[in-house]
Amino acid sequence: MARLSLRGIKKRFKTTDVLHGIDLEIGDREFVVFVGPSGCGKSTLLRLIAGLDPITEGTFTLNGKSMNDVPPSRRGIAMVFQSYALYPHMDVYENMAFGARLMGLTKAEIEARIDEAARMLRLEPYLKRKPRELSGGQRQRVAIARALVRKPEVFLLDEPLSNLDAALRSDVRLEIARLHRQIGGTMIYVTHDQVEAMTLADKIVVMNQGRIEQVGSPRELYETPANTFVATFIGSPRMALIDVTREGARVGVAGGGSQTLDRMPADANGAFKIGVRPDGLALARGNGGDGFAASVVYTEYLGDNAFVYARLADGTQVGIRTAPGEFYEPDEAVTVTIAPSAAHFFSAADGRRLAA
Amino acid sequence: MTAAAETYYEKRGLIGTLGRDGLLQIILVANTFIMLAPIVIMVFSAFKTNMEIFQSPFSLPDFTNVANFVKIWTQTNFLRYLANSFIVTGASMVCILTLGTMAAYAIARYQFFGASFILMFFLAGLTLPLKLAIIPLFMLMRDLGILNNQLSLIAVYTAMGLPTTVFIMTGFIRTLPSELEDAARMDGASEARIMWSIMLPLVRPAMVIAGIQNVVPIWNDFFFPLVFIQNDSLKTLPQGLTTFMGEYTTDWGVLFSGLTLSAAPIILIYIMLSRQFINGMTSGAVK
Repeated sequence: MARLSLRGIKKRFKTTDVLHGIDLEIGDREFVVFVGPSGCGKSTLLRLIAGLDPITEGTFTLNGKSMNDVPPSRRGIAMVFQSYALYPHMDVYENMAFGARLMGLTKAEIEARIDEAARMLRLEPYLKRKPRELSGGQRQRVAIARALVRKPEVFLLDEPLSNLDAALRSDVRLEIARLHRQIGGTMIYVTHDQVEAMTLADKIVVMNQGRIEQVGSPRELYETPANTFVATFIGSPRMALIDVTREGARVGVAGGGSQTLDRMPADANGAFKIGVRPDGLALARGNGGDGFAASVVYTEYLGDNAFVYARLADGTQVGIRTAPGEFYEPDEAVTVTIAPSAAHFFSAADGRRLAA
Repeated sequence: MTAAAETYYEKRGLIGTLGRDGLLQIILVANTFIMLAPIVIMVFSAFKTNMEIFQSPFSLPDFTNVANFVKIWTQTNFLRYLANSFIVTGASMVCILTLGTMAAYAIARYQFFGASFILMFFLAGLTLPLKLAIIPLFMLMRDLGILNNQLSLIAVYTAMGLPTTVFIMTGFIRTLPSELEDAARMDGASEARIMWSIMLPLVRPAMVIAGIQNVVPIWNDFFFPLVFIQNDSLKTLPQGLTTFMGEYTTDWGVLFSGLTLSAAPIILIYIMLSRQFINGMTSGAVK
């Protein structure tokens, strides 16, 4: 059982405000991912939950008990650090036993827990090795196993995959997902990689500049982003944002053609932004007809499909998914049309989603 | 490696390279001789009589002639001096390393008002030769009632050693990742436990450097014992050995055997720790 509740959390370092009031509820056994660009405060928030830095303002409760003044080790929380932070002078076994001994467990209990954690993460052959004799992936597993030995209610993982190479990264990602299913604790995971967030999370918390932009399941974030920040942050290649003006049932780009769009939200009037993912755009050769005039910038060939990047008349660059066989020359004149069902509408003033 | 060496030779030409490297070797070998000669002469002279020392100062002695060592061991206060040196140096080193490491850890890791001022204060000690303060120090020791007492030496040596120790250790501790301490904190370790179980094993190379840096001047110091200590049974080795130098005659053989014996512990310590010393000096150079 672990329910975390953050209310009005603020963090100030000297005179710099890093977090401006975070409100968040995290349920039992949830896998929550904090995602956002560097410097958005996601790691700071994790350190506040861990108790490594004091909370400037607001309350953090775990199962209804305030944790603001509880030292890190008494919170029932374990953390896996970005650099792994394995104790370099201790072997793998000692690394895992260090925390368990400080918990005052009996020798037999410590052994049993280490055995279990080592088996779960397939570390049995390495128990007598020093961290420097392990590969990056093995070190990562030791760091996770060390957290596991303490049997915490909440796991915190701070960009655990960022020091691994791409192939290993997807392996360890699967491993973490499996582990979460197996042990069932609440996990809070920090990353700047939206692919990790999408694949692992039950709930994603998108952060930007010390504020939460949106909280939701990967699907919610992808399908109904609350604002332009979330819209462009989630999904790759990123969603194109097109500045349009509405005239009746038609939307037009300044100096670059127009098209009809049905089912526009009521408050999408005058000038606003339309967001479209590469899937929702279609490309035709030549200018003219319904759609926006554009010229091709370059083509990204990925084997199973290709992305064409084109520049609209007002200079906006959009990405369009095409069949891999089609080839477009740079500077070729094309016409871009939006599939009505794929359009997201955002306010031009503050970037908020306009309700349908 | 080979590729780099080839271009290196191509650039400078074989003769140029060998000439430069060769010159370097010659200078290094000459330097070794200059450094070792006094030590070798000291050891040789320890096995010679006064007469032999003056007749042939550089000749190989008869190493079976240990009369000088027997004499110094049995007929002088040498053992007393040796013990005193060990007591004073040992106590000073314990104080320097304990206080220095703790101070450096606090300065490097805890953010508190005046931390950088305290560091500057320690560093200011590097620029101040304590010998200049000998008269006020003498009066201070007199007022404290520890003149003619080894505590006076230990206090002065500790003060002398702290600046370099704090300087070396602060720099080193700052290079250690702070996530290690965070991890230990999450594991439930107290600050004292973090210091003892996590930081101390990691800062050992720096402690060896600070130790060697301080142990040699303290062991060899002649000046402060000369001023503070009058009682013969409290004298340290460098001071004690001067009693062998008479006003009219000096038994050089005995003096040199005393010097040899007094240098031996430091040389042994240095050899034992040299690997750590070199590790420490180059740590961080290569990732």
